[in-house]
Amino acid sequence: MSDMDEMDDGSGIVKKFMFLNRKAPHGTVYALEGLEVVLITAAFDQDVSMVFTDDGVYQLLKGIDTKGIEVKDFSKTYRALEGYDIEKLYVDQKSMDARGLTEEDLIVDVTVLSVDEMANLMAEQDVVISF
Amino acid sequence: MLHIVNKSATERGALESCLAMATKGSAVLLIEDAVYAVTNGSAAAAKIQAAAADLKIYALGPDLAARGMAGRVLDGVNVVDYGGFVDLVAEHNSCQSWL
Repeated sequence: MSDMDEMDDGSGIVKKFMFLNRKAPHGTVYALEGLEVVLITAAFDQDVSMVFTDDGVYQLLKGIDTKGIEVKDFSKTYRALEGYDIEKLYVDQKSMDARGLTEEDLIVDVTVLSVDEMANLMAEQDVVISF
Repeated sequence: MLHIVNKSATERGALESCLAMATKGSAVLLIEDAVYAVTNGSAAAAKIQAAAADLKIYALGPDLAARGMAGRVLDGVNVVDYGGFVDLVAEHNSCQSWL
């Protein structure tokens, strides 16, 4: 048991992690890699926020069909995040507006934030990881 | 001449540079992340529609579908498949890829 306790040192610390997604899916590997890192982080019981701004909002679109380009369709995985207790998903209002998108176009429930709200959310994080 | 653009117009300036350099009657094929430009509500939509008066604008269908954009393509844009991509390359004397 004492060995186990030593291994668990620090496990009680919960930090605020923000994963900032700014890239469209498929054109680069950032979106998929970011998603995989988020899923790994979920195993460590941290306070995770996932943020989608700029072209990152395109990651959450409904109706994605990747058969024609023969790559993995990871868009359904965003719907599984809830099962990993990752429930804080935020999108940037300005990025959505600039792309003609609304919440109804997205595959998951999100909180839409203004630039100021997004800035405050970022400022209160312990760690920000960008993809 | 066939111009090919593969970068998102909201992230890089490739599409804008391409449209500035493409001469009347040229073809512009958008692939990969560039296809977002030819969808309803995109920031580049007005620019694309203005350009379509002098240029033939094409977008690769499988890339639109992979991005959930198959049903949002702007009027005046021709959607092609991979066979159409090959035909465009074969029909034009030269190609410029705006990397």
